[in-house]
Formats: sequence, C-alpha cells, structure tokens
Amino acid sequence: MNAAKQSSRLHKGGHINRQKQLNFTFNGSLYQGYEGDTLASALLANDVHLIGRGMKFHRPRGILSAGPEEPNGLVKLGQGGREEPNARATTQPLYEGLVAESQNCWPSVKWDVGALLDFCSSLWPAGFYNKTFIWPNWHWYEHFVRRAAGLGTLPTEDDPDTYSHRYAHCDYLICGGGWAGLEAAHNMAKSGQRVMVVEQSADWGGSLLASSDQDDITQLQKTLRELHGMANVTLLNSATAVGFFDHNMVSVVEKVCPHHLDHSGPRERLWKIRATEVVLATGAIEQPVVFPNNDRPGIMLASAVVQYLNHYGVACGRNVAIVTNNDSAYQTAFDLHAAGIKIAAIIDSRPQCTSDSSQQAEALGIRVLFNAIPLNTVGRKRIRAVQVADCSTGKALTQLGKKGLIACDCLAMSGGWQPAVHLFSQARGKLRYDEKLAAFVPDQYPDNVRVVGRALAGRYEVKRFIPTFKPAKQWLDFQHDVTLQDIDIAVQEDYVSVEHLKRYTTTGMSVDQGKTSNINALTALAERTGKAIADVGTTTFRPFYMPVTLGTIAGRRRGALYAPTRQTPMHQLLKQAGAEFWDYGHWQRPAAYPQAQETLHAAMQREALAVRNSVGIYDGSPLGKIEVRGPDAAEFLNRLYINNVHSLKPGKARYGMMLDEKGIVIDDGIFVRLNESDFLVHTTSGNAEHILAWMEEWQQCEWPDLNVLIRSVTTQWANATISGPNARKVLEQLDSDIDLSNEDFPHMSFREGLFSNSNSDAEDVPVRIMRASFTGEMGYEINVPSSYGAALWQNLMTAGRAFEITPYGVESLMILRSEKGYLHVGADTDGRTIPDDIGWSGPIKNKQADFIGKRSLLLAEQQRQDRFQYVGIEPVNGQQELTMGSHIINSEMHSAPAESQGYVTSAFYSPNLNRWIALGLVKSGRARIGEGINIFHRGKTSPAKIVAPLFFDQEGGRLHV
Amino acid sequence: MLQITCPWCGPRNETEFSFGGESHIIRPVRPESISDRDWSDYQFLRENPKGTHYERWQHRFGCRQWINVARDTLSHEIYSVYPMGDPKPVFDRKEALL
Repeated sequence: MNAAKQSSRLHKGGHINRQKQLNFTFNGSLYQGYEGDTLASALLANDVHLIGRGMKFHRPRGILSAGPEEPNGLVKLGQGGREEPNARATTQPLYEGLVAESQNCWPSVKWDVGALLDFCSSLWPAGFYNKTFIWPNWHWYEHFVRRAAGLGTLPTEDDPDTYSHRYAHCDYLICGGGWAGLEAAHNMAKSGQRVMVVEQSADWGGSLLASSDQDDITQLQKTLRELHGMANVTLLNSATAVGFFDHNMVSVVEKVCPHHLDHSGPRERLWKIRATEVVLATGAIEQPVVFPNNDRPGIMLASAVVQYLNHYGVACGRNVAIVTNNDSAYQTAFDLHAAGIKIAAIIDSRPQCTSDSSQQAEALGIRVLFNAIPLNTVGRKRIRAVQVADCSTGKALTQLGKKGLIACDCLAMSGGWQPAVHLFSQARGKLRYDEKLAAFVPDQYPDNVRVVGRALAGRYEVKRFIPTFKPAKQWLDFQHDVTLQDIDIAVQEDYVSVEHLKRYTTTGMSVDQGKTSNINALTALAERTGKAIADVGTTTFRPFYMPVTLGTIAGRRRGALYAPTRQTPMHQLLKQAGAEFWDYGHWQRPAAYPQAQETLHAAMQREALAVRNSVGIYDGSPLGKIEVRGPDAAEFLNRLYINNVHSLKPGKARYGMMLDEKGIVIDDGIFVRLNESDFLVHTTSGNAEHILAWMEEWQQCEWPDLNVLIRSVTTQWANATISGPNARKVLEQLDSDIDLSNEDFPHMSFREGLFSNSNSDAEDVPVRIMRASFTGEMGYEINVPSSYGAALWQNLMTAGRAFEITPYGVESLMILRSEKGYLHVGADTDGRTIPDDIGWSGPIKNKQADFIGKRSLLLAEQQRQDRFQYVGIEPVNGQQELTMGSHIINSEMHSAPAESQGYVTSAFYSPNLNRWIALGLVKSGRARIGEGINIFHRGKTSPAKIVAPLFFDQEGGRLHV
Repeated sequence: MLQITCPWCGPRNETEFSFGGESHIIRPVRPESISDRDWSDYQFLRENPKGTHYERWQHRFGCRQWINVARDTLSHEIYSVYPMGDPKPVFDRKEALL
C-alpha cells in the first residue's frame, strides 16, 4: 500500500516535530503524520475528512472539533485486548504504528449499507421507539434494536493492561493547563503552597497553542519552565478532571502512556485528589451553528480550524467559508488568510459586528455577508458549497447567483462560546444565563472553589439564531443524531421541561454528554415555547465529564485481586490432602476432600460416614472468636444473648443465640466463660466481623458505662476439630496437661492448658480445647496459636492414623449437622425467624432480664401460631431427591398455582440413614409434625412428611461418652 | 466523597467509615413497660431533615471508635464531630459552632 502524502500539511508552522515522521493506518490505509500530532490532525493533514458514520442515520461524518468535546471523530483504536471503542481522534496523540478504524459502518465508511436509513429518516423521529415498538410488546424487537443501537463495539479479548488508583492531597488543585490555569498555578506556587495542575491534553497551553502570536508562545514556554522547576508543583498532562465530589475531592483520569508504546506501567491511573481549594480553569467550548445539513464532513468549529492551522500546521480546506454569530470567528478568517488560504465568505447572522472586525476583513478583501445564514449545504462525503439565505426572509441571496451558492471545501462555524461549567456545577455551583454572551456562566460559588479564565465567561458577544425554515435536517446533537425537527415534535407533544426534552429526544445523552449540543437544544426549546432561556434552564451536569473506562474504575481490583481471600494456617496441608476449596465468605475452605477418582458428592458421603464410625478432622480456624473481658463482661453479654449468661460457670460452654432489636435471630454459637470476668464468644464463621461490630456499637454507643474490652482473636488461633467416637483416643496421644476423661472434661466444657513441645528446648504451646459438637459425635475443638496450626494438624493426623482419621470438609459437616437437625443460621433461618420459630422459647421464658430484641418478641405478630417454623422433612420414598429451595404445598395440591407453605432450607442424602433428609421452614410447622405434604420443585411434586428436626441419635447419647 | 475528621485519627476519607444512622436515639430503659407503638417508634422512627443531621459513624477501617457527626444533608458540610455521649450541639444553620 502506498503511503499518501500529507497533502494538507502546510510547509511551516505548528508545534509539531517535523523531524519525526510517524506511520499509522486508518481503515487499512497507511498514512503519515508527525510527532505532536493527534490522530485527527494527522488525518486532516492527509485530507481525510470522512471519519465515521452517524449513529442513527449513518450519515457521513467528519472531524468537528480539536478537543474532548468531539462528537463525530470517534474511532476504534488498537487491536486485540488493547482495542478501545469510541476513542476520540481529536485527543488521541499519534504514535508509530497506530491502527484505527471507523465505527458504525458496514462494509466500509465510504459505502455504508446503514446509510439507507437516512433516505427514510422521516420515519425515525424523536419518540420513534416509544411509539412503534409497543405492539405486541417491546421484547419482540429488543434484539434487533439493540444490535442497531449504540456506538462502537466492545473488544472481545481480555485487556492485558493494568490500571491503578492513586490518592493525592494538595492546597490548590488547578483543573486546566491552558494559560489561565498555568498563570494561576504560577501565582499560587510562589507562596510555597502545594499546587497540582491537571491538563486533559498531552500539550500544555490549551487554546494558546492555537494562537498565531509568537509572543504568546514564548510567554507560555517561560511559565512552563518555571513551574517545572518548582518542587511544590505537580504537573499532570494527559490527565482529565472528570468528577467533582464532596469536600473538594476531584477524580482525575490520567492516560499514563497515551502513546500506547510502553506497557510496563499502568495504562490509565485514576487520581483521587483532595484539595483545600480547587481552581477551575476549564476554558470554554465553541458551539456549532444550527442550519440545514450542518453535519457534513468539512463543516467544523472555527476554533478547531484555527487550532489545526496554528497548532498542527494543517489546512482543513483551501477555500474556507466562515459561518458565525459572533466576532471570534473573524480571527480564524484572518489567520487562515495570513496562511494563504482563501476565505470564500464570512456569513454572519447578525446585522453587524461588535468590533471593527468586519472592516479589517474588508480591508483584507474578505467578503462579509451580514443577516445571512446557510440555507443548505452541498456535498455528501465532503462539503462542496454552501447556499446562503437572508435571515429574515429565509430566501436564497440572489446577489450570489440564482441559487445563492458559494463554493467551499471547508466550513468553519462559530455559534458562540459556552464556558465548561461541568465541574463547577458538579461542585454545586449555581449558573446564570448571560444574555450578552448567550451562555450559562458561574454565578453562585461553592466554598473553596474558584473559576478563572474563559471558564468564567466567554469573550465575545453572541447573537444566536435558530432558523425556522426547514428544507433539510438541522443537526443539534451530532453524536445522537438529534435534529431541530425532533425538538419541534417534542414541543408539539408538550415536552416543555428541559429534563423531559432531553430524555424524549435523547439530545445530549450520548458519550459526549451534549458538549456541543445542549446550548443549541435549549435555545431552540426556549424559542419554540416562547420562554426565556434562563427559565428553561440546563439539565443537571453529572460526573463524569468525559467517559471513563471500566478498567480505570476497577483499577487493580480485577481477577485474583477483585476481593481479598483468606487461607487458614493449614491451607497447604489441606491441599495436599486433596481438598476441593470453595469460597465461604472471604475464606477458602475445603468443601470436601475427593480422592483419586472420587466425585465431590461421594467424598462428602464417605467423610460423613467416617466421622460417625471412627473419627474425622476438620479445619475450624475461620470460626469467629471474640474475647469479651472486664468486670462487666457478663452483664454486657447478658444483654446481647437470649440466654442467661450470669449463671454460666467458669470452664463451661453454652449454646447461645443473638437477636437484633426486631427479635430476628442474627447469630448463634457457643460462648465460654474463661473465668469470672473473661468470656470467649464463638460466632458463625461468616458473621465474625459483623458480630464484632455489633458488640462494639452497643458497647460504645449505648452502654459506655459498662467496663468491657472487646477484641477479635479469630485469626490469632488456629482450630482443628476432631469428631467421632474415637476422638478422645486420638487426642490422648498428644502430650498435654489437660485431663481428657469424660468425668473431668464433659461435653460443653472448656479447658486451657499446654501442649508439651516434642523439641525439648522449645517452649510449650498454649492450647484451648472446647468440648462441643456440630456433628452429634464426641468432639474436641482444639485451638493453638496460628503459627502452630499446621503442626497441630500434622500431629493429629499422625495420632489418628490407627483410627483412619479422615479429614472432612464444610459440605460433609453440613450432612452431619443436618442429620442431627442442628440449624445453620442464615441457611435454615431467614430475615423473619425469631427464636420460637426454631424451638427456642425456653431460655427466654426463664430469663427475667431484658436483652436485645426481647421486647419485639412480645408483639402480637411474633406470637402467631401460623408462623414459619423449623421442622424436618422426609420424602415418602427415601431415595427421592430433595432440593434446597423447593416449596412446601398441601398434600392435595399437585401443581402450580398452590399456596407456598414454606420451603426446604437444607437437603442432603444421609449416608448414615441411607435416605434423603431435609430441614425447612413450614407454616405452623410444629403443629403439623406427622402431616403429609407435597414438595414442589420446578413444576414437579413429590410426596413427603413433616417430622421433628432430628434424624439421628435421638437421645444424644453419642455426645456424652 | 466526604472527608470526616476522626477525633483520634484526623481527617480521613468516608470509605474508612461505616454509617450508623441517626444518633442520640435513646434505647428505652424498660422496654417491657412501654407500648408497642413507642417500641416501634424507637426502632423505626427517624428524622429526615433538610439541614443539620446528627448521625453516628464508626471509623471501621481505622480506630474502630464510634463518633457523632453533625452534617448538613443539603451541602454535606460537616459542622462538628464529637464523642459518643456528648449532647447534641446546636447550630444556627450555616453559622457552625466550632
């Protein structure tokens, strides 16, 4: 492929490095540009104006602007995992090997089938979707509409780059590195204050770089040099302030390597900068002019045309027509003229200038037409001519020939300047409409925010003209393809609020958020409804100012770093034993230990059998452990537990339950009295953090008078639990100073002691053993300091070899505890369950003192007999599988609809009973024990029976041997 | 994002704290002696002011202390941070006491 010449590059001028030529491809063609170019300036240098297609009608579109406000010049950038949709050609620095493609077109940007839509565009006005796709229902159409809608396509490969977040603090944060921002920074930095300046572009200087005045550039370079030399100043370029949040927190997205050349660091960095004072030097955005067919390639903002000229040395056209409603575009004309570019005419909708600009133009021989507005434009893929009309009559200016046509290859328009007040508004600043400037300007300031430069107010008086003639579509929002006609329809249909108008026509709702369309749209709305623009108001400016990639928001929190994972001290040993790890909360725990060819289900069955037949070992380290110490510890816990805490003797353990103030069960577990004043509270593993916070809140906020110290020791102690008829025989082989006999150390008691270390030089190891059980078998929960956890596990495995000690996982434990009907809070209870529902009214009746949630249990609702109660469920056919979540229905009901009378909360195949068992919450369940029911699951029913929630060892004798 | 000045740790980001709702809600001393309605009010009835809101936060990823915060719900301005148990400071709207 031959590289095209940079035919529109001027021989001199611009702040580009002509020594460094860069190759890039656009839609498969090879082009060249220079270092310092943006993709847009390089394309324009190659006279490429046709960049993409409109979103709705697929009309040919070209570059409109030279900045982040660009609505048309969106391309697919890069390839593979680094592909980026909707990249702005106007802000993307050029780099060697850049690959870009047009979007929204097929088969190519020049020949796009979708453009057929444009020829029947009158069928697709505002509200089209809402009115058309309603019969028989939207879902019939959704698939096709979604395919046609949207901008660009998502990359399909994983993004190989990293993104990071960073916090920063400073005295002054200056948003905008144009002249106003740099000057402010320079002034503030002199006092030694910490100053940060962020600039969205790779180049410092903003619109100053579009100046043809060499003195401006010299001054800019001097100031920049000085700022770079100041230690208290941080300059961040390619960094856009995108959101202004509470208490002067500004989020800034920095493109760390906009040239995509270096992949060693993050691609983008999200800064969260907290500043004592924020200075907004965000500049102003030039607005387009509304006239028929104002969206053709070659029709550009006047400020962009002059920026491409003076900043990049690019001629956007050789015969440029200027359309304006203010004096600023005259300077564009003068600079173009000075560069030898022909000015076809200046078409000014005002009766005269506010300065002597028109005299200057005439002195240069430039034709100026007042009271004039384009009536139409010619040229589908590039503008060829503009037809000029008289503003007041709407008739073609016959002085220019019969049709009023002026030939041109570029049209530079200026519809006035809107200060970029986005951040100011996000900071809750209030705006005022300035009639003279025809713009919304900052009015009431939030604390510690200032605005400087053009963000404060435009420099030019503007007289905006919205035509009433409609020979063709007049675009307001180029990106979302919203036209003046759509505003007319909305107004006809009584959408007179600007917020409604926006949503009905979707104007300003695309990725550019209406930076070049909102002002024209609400001017049109004001005119059509006969209101003042100030009364129409603006829509709300919300973060983000510019689109932010999901990767940047996620930062490092992807893949393995998405959430923290926790592993117990025994993790490696469990892994060697064949553990299949599942996530339980943040903990990685063994679900079971499938051996060789074994399925997980078979492993669960084998492990559950082994515990009942001999002995099993379980890693209970994640169990929540909270120490509550102090003279008032007993009283404190007595207020939290439904149980009587005062009566518990030192060395004893008790099963307890906590409620919230609504009487709902929030946690259960065993609490231990270590001595008169100290307690050890066990919580369910998933609730450890929540219960700690719960205790702290009550202690600090409600009962600060209680002398209590609360601390979590969950991860200080590793826990290996052995369970089964041979558990004691295993534990006896470990040398400790604790008497393990059933008489001395019965079920529900607790001992502290020492394991003697096999290495005689080393110190003995503290151990805490709780005799308790969640399996229904004799059980010892053995706790040692975490660093000894792995050693403890190894020693128990060695000691248990003679008894074929079997590691069992969480899911195997679930079978065992279900056989015993031991409930699992959160699985067998829900957000309505009170103690009586699970058969725990006894402790409450016997407890005189108040506790959290007690009063709520007295409410009539909590006394009802038809509440959902905890019961066991047995299928009539024991081999009939039961599923968690199945609904309970009456025995005479066999299909839906049927009243749900509860649901199955736990269901397992019991290897010890050789049949399916289940637990559930059933309406009036306790009174219905023995009753036949049907279980409804996925359209099928199967017969079952309500039973007491206890299937194995009814007397509980196995616990007390 | 709010910046809350923890009396023990200094100015910290909101993300270090967890919100605990309205403060200065007194738990009835003898819950069993009050009516169902009063009990419900204690549990559920909360102020929803446009203006100064007295609320409590825990510096959960910090010193874990609960603190009281007087915050303007309109401007998010924080007028005062004060220890649990201290009485409600009174503000004349924008003219903060501190």
